[in-house]
Amino acid sequence: MSRPLVAIVGNPNAGKTSLFNSLTGSHQKVGNYPGVTVEKAEGVCRLESMTVDMVDVPGLYSMNPVSEDERVAARVVHGNLEGEQEPDLLVCVIDASALERNLFLFTQMAEVQRPTLVALTMVDRLESKGLSVDVPKLSNLLGTEVVVVEGHKSRGLEDLKQAIQRNLEEPKIPSEVAPLPTALEAKVSSLRESLQRSGMDVLRSEVRHTLLLTEPEFVATIAAYPSLNDEFRAARKELESLGIARPAVESKARYDWAEMVKRATIREEGPRTKSLTDRIDGVLTNRVFGFGVFVGVMYVVFLSIYTFSKPLMEWIDNGFGAISGWVEPKLAGVPMLQSMVVDGLIKGVGSVMVFLPQILILFFFIAVLEGTGYLARAAFLMDRLLGWCGLNGRAFIPLLSSFACAIPGIMAARVMPDQKSRLATILVAPLMSCSARLPVYLVIISTFIEPQFGALWAGVALFAMHLIGLVLAIPIIWFLNRKILKGRRLPFLLELPPYQWPRLKDIWMTMWFRGKVFVQTAGTIIVVMSIFIWAATYFPRLSPAAEAKIRATVPAEQADARVQYAQLEQSALGRFGKAIEPVFVPAGFDWRITTSILAAFPAREVVVPSMGIVFSLGKDVEGEDSKLHSALRKATWPDGRPLFTPWVGVGLMVFFALCCQCTSTLATIKRETNTWKWPTFVFVYMTILAYVFAVGIHQLARWLGKA
Amino acid sequence: MAAPITAMSHLKRGMHARIVAMRECPCELQRFAEMGLTEGVEFHVVKVAPFGDPVEIEVRGYRLCLRRKEASCFEVEVL
Repeated sequence: MSRPLVAIVGNPNAGKTSLFNSLTGSHQKVGNYPGVTVEKAEGVCRLESMTVDMVDVPGLYSMNPVSEDERVAARVVHGNLEGEQEPDLLVCVIDASALERNLFLFTQMAEVQRPTLVALTMVDRLESKGLSVDVPKLSNLLGTEVVVVEGHKSRGLEDLKQAIQRNLEEPKIPSEVAPLPTALEAKVSSLRESLQRSGMDVLRSEVRHTLLLTEPEFVATIAAYPSLNDEFRAARKELESLGIARPAVESKARYDWAEMVKRATIREEGPRTKSLTDRIDGVLTNRVFGFGVFVGVMYVVFLSIYTFSKPLMEWIDNGFGAISGWVEPKLAGVPMLQSMVVDGLIKGVGSVMVFLPQILILFFFIAVLEGTGYLARAAFLMDRLLGWCGLNGRAFIPLLSSFACAIPGIMAARVMPDQKSRLATILVAPLMSCSARLPVYLVIISTFIEPQFGALWAGVALFAMHLIGLVLAIPIIWFLNRKILKGRRLPFLLELPPYQWPRLKDIWMTMWFRGKVFVQTAGTIIVVMSIFIWAATYFPRLSPAAEAKIRATVPAEQADARVQYAQLEQSALGRFGKAIEPVFVPAGFDWRITTSILAAFPAREVVVPSMGIVFSLGKDVEGEDSKLHSALRKATWPDGRPLFTPWVGVGLMVFFALCCQCTSTLATIKRETNTWKWPTFVFVYMTILAYVFAVGIHQLARWLGKA
Repeated sequence: MAAPITAMSHLKRGMHARIVAMRECPCELQRFAEMGLTEGVEFHVVKVAPFGDPVEIEVRGYRLCLRRKEASCFEVEVL
């Protein structure tokens, strides 16, 4: 027999997740609800004499969902989410400091008539305003047990655990509380009966919603039953004549009840003081200082991502190097397996794992900013700047993070509850110039721009490369929002929760979760891709005779490099590069550049090493290697024309700036959107964009006579 | 003297007002009522963001921020 399931439900910002973390500790796992992108956090909680499964349901404001998160949450409450166990007990988390709004949801949930227990949070916030709450009275009015808990201080946690066990043993169904207009409810009942007679078992709330709102989907369903359709129309007309046909009627009735409960249970006890939140907000969202603080905070966040991750990344890199060094001699007897494990598997996984520190640091800051309430303020400040092209204020974190690395950026897009804006943000995040593109820029700029045009233009070029993706993102978002992404955009509604200290445990859990999700993604798709690309450079093999010939003809110190070059030329990837060279000639790229680009599709970090190979220097070159600089300058087309001009260099940089050469990014988009459609879309549009721009630049240069 | 009726988007920082009606109520505005912006409720404007949009209000004990475009759908009576 499966364990009882307890679902933690409630408004966003009510302290749900904090409570969930306290109840389940580290016994958590995270996944997706089937078929949707909504994340599901499950855990196990040990009570006095039983163990229960617990699920942290996404926060919702109303049982009439507007986002995918809310749809899932409402279905969990109804117990009709496909493939999911029905919850045996709902723990409804109610924020005492925003009692009315939280009770609004409670009245809707009470209608479902499931065993419910109320966890009342943020009572301390109320007390700091000089107010107190009459818990027994509240419990009486709601018809459920009410337990006061402070996730922050772990106060009342044991009481809550006991109450959960008690309520599982003797369930309490809340009284159907909010009195809705009787005329409305009578119509809902009769319509529901008619629907049932036609074989449609629909919830009361759905009938009411349809009656008041003319839900298009449902209207289409009943269109097949003319008699039902007529009945609905007649009912609506009648309600209109009574002045209660508007959707706001339902909300109003529920809020009237919530107001009554609030008046009956909350008493003013002490003097009111100006809240700390007001004083902090006086500075943080101030017209003058607000942006200064915002820029400062973001600067600290991204500086930390850059600087703190560096040693950790080197450490991981060295760690994987050490593993390679340890494995390599052990497999010396089987060269193919050795190469597969060392150059394919370990290198591939290593190149992905180096992103882990960035992800952990970014999510540390996101957890802190979200936990304190600053994230909402920053969105408030930024909304005007991002709103006009169809994004909203919350998009700044994912977009800014993407300048460090698109992977945490894409993962951070989940701070946006609106599915459409979230998707738009995910789809443009890889256009932001990430830190892995930097080595390419540095090689090209230091080879072709700086020596000829000086440090000033070098700086301009580097800045321009970081700007181009951002500038192009704007029309792309505009286009996506109008043509590609379906679904209505939600009105921008943002709750600004009071400031509070974030809890270390919640921060730690966020980092742990994100890290785990990333490693799991990396552990599957990326291993496969690494081995695939390894095979494409490894096969077919250069014959031993050909290798011997090269070693006999070139000086010993160049021999390894020449052999690697010959192998790459001979390999499937090299042949493919040569075969599609004509495609890239309009951009001014020869087969060597083309092959470097192809080799960099799984991970753009490899482009500098692979340029090292194709320009016959061996794979151990670094970005600052002067040998690579001179090799690039000396490279020519077969007819003796120099291969690289500054314009070809710029074209190549722009290609790298715009192209999505990162398997990890695509795998992350797949993880976050739960479909291969969007990663494919990103890959295709960015590749086309990169190609078009590279060709455009080269053709422009030719037209100007500079090529 | 009757209190002046205006749109919520015309309110200035620090003003107290009561919602009188919702003009033209497209589906999306349903959510505002569910967030507590129902007829008769009192609120005050806490702050207007630096570029004049969005607006932060305090209603039913919590802080909500909405854009001017949507705020203009609410007819309010200044108190």
